[in-house]
Amino acid sequence: MSNRIDVKKTYKLFINGAFPRTESGRTYEVKSSKGSFIANPCLASRKDLKDAVVAARAAQAGWNKATAYNKGQILYRIAEMLEGRRAQFVDEIMVVTGVTKTKADKEVTDSVDRLVWYAGWSDKISSLSGALNPVAGPYYNFTIPESMGVIAAIAPETPSLLGLIDVIAPIIVGGNTVVVLASTKAPLSAMSFAEVLATSDVPAGVVNILTGKKDEIAPWMASHMDIDGLDISGLAVKSHADIRTAGAENLKRIYSFKSADPGRILAFLENKTVWHPIGL
Amino acid sequence: MEDKLSFEYAPAPESRAVVSIKPKYGHFIGGKFVAGTKHFPTINPATEETLSAIALGSKSDVDAAVKSARKAYVTTWSKMSGKERGKYLFRIARIMQERAREFAVLETLDNGKPIRESRDVDVPLAAAHFFYHAGWADKLEFAGLGTSTKPHGVAGQIIPWNFPLLMLAWKVAPALAAGNTVVLKPAETTSLTALLFAEVCQQAELPAGVVNIVTGDGSTGALIVNHPGIDKIAFTGSTEVGKIIARAVAPTKKSITLELGGKAANIVFEDAAIDEAVEGIVNGIFFNQGHVCCAGSRLLLQENVAEEVLSKLKTRMAKIRVGDPMDKNTDLGAINSHEQLLKIRELSAAGDLEGAERWSAPCELPGKGFWFAPTLFTGVTQSHRIAREEIFGPVLSVLTFRTPQEGIDKANNTPFGLSAGIWSEKGSKVLWASQQLRAGVIWANTFNKFDPTSPFGGYKESGWGREGGRHGLSAYLKGVSHE
Amino acid sequence: MNFYGLVDGTEASLKKYLGALSGVDQVGADARAAMLATRSIKTTSKRWAIDTAITMVDLTTLEGADTPGKVKALCTKAVRPDPTDLTVPSVGAVCVYNDMVSIARTHLDLIGGQHVGVAAVSTAFPSGRASMAVKIQDTQDAIDAGASEIDMVIDRGAFLQGRYIEVFDEIVKIREICGTKAHLKVIFETGELVTYDNVRKASFLAMAAGAHFIKTSTGKVAPAATAPVVLVMLEAVRDFYSMTNVRIGVKPAGGIRNTKDAIKQLVLVNETAGPEWLTPSLFRIGASALLNDLLMQRMKMDDGYYASPQYVTID
Repeated sequence: MSNRIDVKKTYKLFINGAFPRTESGRTYEVKSSKGSFIANPCLASRKDLKDAVVAARAAQAGWNKATAYNKGQILYRIAEMLEGRRAQFVDEIMVVTGVTKTKADKEVTDSVDRLVWYAGWSDKISSLSGALNPVAGPYYNFTIPESMGVIAAIAPETPSLLGLIDVIAPIIVGGNTVVVLASTKAPLSAMSFAEVLATSDVPAGVVNILTGKKDEIAPWMASHMDIDGLDISGLAVKSHADIRTAGAENLKRIYSFKSADPGRILAFLENKTVWHPIGL
Repeated sequence: MEDKLSFEYAPAPESRAVVSIKPKYGHFIGGKFVAGTKHFPTINPATEETLSAIALGSKSDVDAAVKSARKAYVTTWSKMSGKERGKYLFRIARIMQERAREFAVLETLDNGKPIRESRDVDVPLAAAHFFYHAGWADKLEFAGLGTSTKPHGVAGQIIPWNFPLLMLAWKVAPALAAGNTVVLKPAETTSLTALLFAEVCQQAELPAGVVNIVTGDGSTGALIVNHPGIDKIAFTGSTEVGKIIARAVAPTKKSITLELGGKAANIVFEDAAIDEAVEGIVNGIFFNQGHVCCAGSRLLLQENVAEEVLSKLKTRMAKIRVGDPMDKNTDLGAINSHEQLLKIRELSAAGDLEGAERWSAPCELPGKGFWFAPTLFTGVTQSHRIAREEIFGPVLSVLTFRTPQEGIDKANNTPFGLSAGIWSEKGSKVLWASQQLRAGVIWANTFNKFDPTSPFGGYKESGWGREGGRHGLSAYLKGVSHE
Repeated sequence: MNFYGLVDGTEASLKKYLGALSGVDQVGADARAAMLATRSIKTTSKRWAIDTAITMVDLTTLEGADTPGKVKALCTKAVRPDPTDLTVPSVGAVCVYNDMVSIARTHLDLIGGQHVGVAAVSTAFPSGRASMAVKIQDTQDAIDAGASEIDMVIDRGAFLQGRYIEVFDEIVKIREICGTKAHLKVIFETGELVTYDNVRKASFLAMAAGAHFIKTSTGKVAPAATAPVVLVMLEAVRDFYSMTNVRIGVKPAGGIRNTKDAIKQLVLVNETAGPEWLTPSLFRIGASALLNDLLMQRMKMDDGYYASPQYVTID
């Protein structure tokens, strides 16, 4: 038994519910914290980004139409699936980052709990951030938050799993679809998380995950005219100015977040105000 | 009995006597009027008469204004309780109501809009904005999710010429309520009511430097946008300029809100209340000469009612009274500037060239001043320039659709997303359409309605953020989770 | 009888005809009417408007206490509203209960008021609650007594219950009785129909059934001739004209008490149906107190100072 050769996983991208290799054929090497080879994940190209945006755009209307209850259940389902595979995520976090088992365990626990927390927001955010506006006239007037569309995101380098969930969950819970670039140095949990997503009733295209280099992909995200918003929490602050400048071309909503709170969900929601006369 | 045609409306001109316009104005900095250096004329677009000379804000003017705003922020305004700040806003609201006639006349003289509109819409709404936001000043902790109770500091605000006083109110009232101080630049062609507002601030005994007004053109605006002493930029104007500002602010820590252009679809379904829809179409595109970012400039008619609606619309358009803005019977006033008139003419000519059919209401246009007759184009398709670009004038592009989904798809087929109109007597269809439309303000069975309690602002390239209501207030408070 | 070929007399065809009407948005209609109320008219036009309004008045007395003396006085006023100024035109008609028709006609003829019509309120005015036989008899009596105009009420109960065909048939029958002798005005009692949708529906129903005029109210129910109700009716006659090339008249009645109200009505007519309707043959105002105010405003325009009610007659 001890002579058995492991069957190792090939880490690929996650686009439109499938696991394609990068169209560029490029990979990069991920090493353990001790310097040994772990995997050759895809080095995604701008064309992979383009494909992922097409998938995200196609999926957006359907995902947006899902009831808040349904979306909440699907996010909760992701948490269930993640919980079931805790051991794998703990191992991957430990081997790549070199943190202790206790620390890795806590990150996975927090990740599961964070997903559950965001799941619960799906059918509450509208009632807390919407409004019935008492206009001075015979009109019924209300404001409701609505999905913004396709959001791109740069996940932080660490924590690689919790950080990823903190960008994905608030974006999708409001009905957006997302194209996210995972942690470059620690992409394993992101690609394993894609497997969780694939078994969690998340419709194809709602979440798309790329692995690769931030400096290569982020400018293409910023300039892409079919991306409505951009979370640059995972991007070095020195790059923010250029990204924001490029994003101005289609007035993308670009944010960088410091914490997990409802504001993170609201940032990628648009407020729509509807007027209707009240009369016979 | 005499001839029926003798039933005519009287020119019922509003008296100019209520306003006194100085021959020359300076800036309002630190609670005082300070002399400008260079000046440019501001004219009445209805007569081309020069009304006054407006100061062109220079770097030192903007510096002085920002310095004064900062000082007021640090020493006074940020230390004052919300309750007391609110009282100043209430005072301002009341004084604006007291001097409403003066504001309305001045606005009409400087802008060219009908006195009926400045009197019944712009000025009362401006006062209402102050009254509404006054009440927020001591309730910021209840302003909702995602915002703190902390103001940004000094806000630089640049406003357009289409609703000069109202846009000032949209900007200044929430900024002050939230505890910011402001440097405001009115539009080049319409500074007079902002300068009158400065007098109101004095009468309200607003602490010096809380509101600073620097007049000027785009160069003055750029000085404000790029000023390092400013924490928050709020701009209303074209998408083109909005993008320039967004780029300018990108490398900085400045917070920013933008309220930009639109090309709103006004969708008339087969089951609409046709007569009210026609009124709504007219109000949608001819209100304020069509100088409205949220104007219903693309009329989408369901094909089975298109003919009826068009015929009624033309009849109705023929009744629009174009002329002296000071006449209380006037519906459509003067185009704000010669430059804007040229732009409207250019885009309309493009409509002719692209094969759309032009129809203008038969009306006599005054000899002097800048005028454009109420006009519609039929046979417009999605790929025509007049269906895509903002004309910002009294020109309506008419398109048709066959099914509700096609109507929605055409409506959403634009990089803009400010507003949209829906006309249908069927409740579920109205709600369906308002859900489908990608725009920040949906007017269902009405159009061009505004209220301080109602958030206004666009999706996509129509801007960032909202103005009005709790959502608008949050633009003047720091976010808790993001910068 | 089948007017215009719009309805063939069957319930199905009437339902189809009424079902094709677009709805009316109350808030939008109110806003339009309010906006038109801000129009001001030229002084020269105002003089013309006052005189025109006088010719449009259906000078009305509809009281249980009416006596021949009261009606005769009303007729005198109708012919010569201002005995001191003979340039003041006569009103359009006097409007009285059935039993006063012959008194009114006789007296008008006696004092040179042949050109002033006599309108009789008919079909169990104001409630309309009587059998068809009685309504027919009521109308016949009025015509026999010399009425040139019949102001009938519709059965609002039937209308609100959706028995449109009965309402339609009643109007058709009364119009048959009117024949060529009398013009038919159909009163909806809009205060009881309540919604503008109903006002529009009733307007089209009555026009297709052969009404010469559509009239808002009996004067016994408030609200009566509000500006938006009149707006909706004017839009109906305008649309009906575009369908049939026939101009139907409109008569607001009830609540129009002063010159300002009357001029606002004329503005509504001018902007909505069009100036073609600015004639007593297509627009009437049912009123009693209005006439004196019109006269006082007329005096003010002539004299340049405000008039006193002491100088206009109370009849």
